[in-house]
Amino acid sequence: MEKQLFNYLLRLSDSSLIIGHRLSEWCGHGPVLEEDIALTNISLDFVGRANSLYEYAGKVESKGRTEDDLAYLRNEREFFNNLLAEQPNGDFAQTILRQYLTDAFEIHFYEALAKSKDETLAGIAAKSLKEIQYHLRHSSSWMLRLGDGTQESNTRLQNALNEIYRFTGSLFETDENDTVLIAAGIAPNLSTIQHQWQKDVDTMLEKAMLKKPEKVWMQKGNLQGRHTEHLGYILAEMQSVHRAYPGVKW
Amino acid sequence: MKKLKMTTKEVRTLLSQIPDPEIPVITIEELGILRDVNFLNDECVITITPTYSGCPAMKAIEQDIIALLKENGIEKVNVKSVFSPAWTTDWLSEAAKDKLRQYGISPPDKTTSDKSVLTGIQKTVKCPQCNSENTELVSQFGSTACKALYKCKDCLEPFDLFKCH
Repeated sequence: MEKQLFNYLLRLSDSSLIIGHRLSEWCGHGPVLEEDIALTNISLDFVGRANSLYEYAGKVESKGRTEDDLAYLRNEREFFNNLLAEQPNGDFAQTILRQYLTDAFEIHFYEALAKSKDETLAGIAAKSLKEIQYHLRHSSSWMLRLGDGTQESNTRLQNALNEIYRFTGSLFETDENDTVLIAAGIAPNLSTIQHQWQKDVDTMLEKAMLKKPEKVWMQKGNLQGRHTEHLGYILAEMQSVHRAYPGVKW
Repeated sequence: MKKLKMTTKEVRTLLSQIPDPEIPVITIEELGILRDVNFLNDECVITITPTYSGCPAMKAIEQDIIALLKENGIEKVNVKSVFSPAWTTDWLSEAAKDKLRQYGISPPDKTTSDKSVLTGIQKTVKCPQCNSENTELVSQFGSTACKALYKCKDCLEPFDLFKCH
């Protein structure tokens, strides 16, 4: 069971770290000061959560790897984050859309995970759930403002939807590793969550006057470490200092 | 001469003087960050809990704790972070809320058992300067993770709201 739990923790922490890093790229580039602060605040929540999950993963693995080892010393094919998280920020509309699709998933996922039989995981999830409520409120309000805003803002949001909707399938990818953990009451069943997510997203898209792309081929492969070309660039930037100066401290 | 062995109660009293690095008018005890003090053999185990997962003040708090204990002759210190039960603004005492108000931060005035504060925006937010309820949300995210940015429409002062969490 330790092996499965370790893999599972990596998937969760990688997804948090990668989208957290993406959001941090907005630092100093936000369209207005308040949004700069909002996006980087949200980024902190994700990176903080990744830190807690990596730390726990290191304990479960019990080979002495720290949270930094796990974040900075693994290669692209050893990362298992969902494919949506690594998509580029694009314009503000694409960042908001990626965030909304993620938050709408996380609000249900972390609520279920907070009931996990693994106490540490449940504790981290309960803590995160409170923060996700703020994230979702923020991204939802922007979805409505941009979607039901001007012709320009609606077009940009629609273009973003056409571009990245195909990566949402990877949020729900599952394998035999999960089956073991679901049976043990540690991991929630993603098919239930997918149903809740789809209902929320459909309602939101309608309210925001957007058209859901039809006949989309969902991109997958992250559970085997297969990613879009964007992940390599993120890792190169994020890991460069740690790899150039191993073990360096502030 | 320093006492060689302190009781857990004495250690707790000592640590309860440590101010929060971001909001120095209240202590880590008043904020509910300091959860537990224990001795395991000769090691002093301090349990703290973060307000938000990514709160950057946690490292500073940990260092403050270690430094203060060292000054008082306790060398072996282990600072543990726990997530459960999750931190909530319900743990802020009325005295702590008063201190926040005087410092210019509007304290959370509801408890989290009132679900409306979690699902929607807090209904009334009072200006800590002039007490007016005629205020407006500027940004859901403020200068730190635990605060939101507001503006008073009467005295025109901007201020932070300590978010109900």
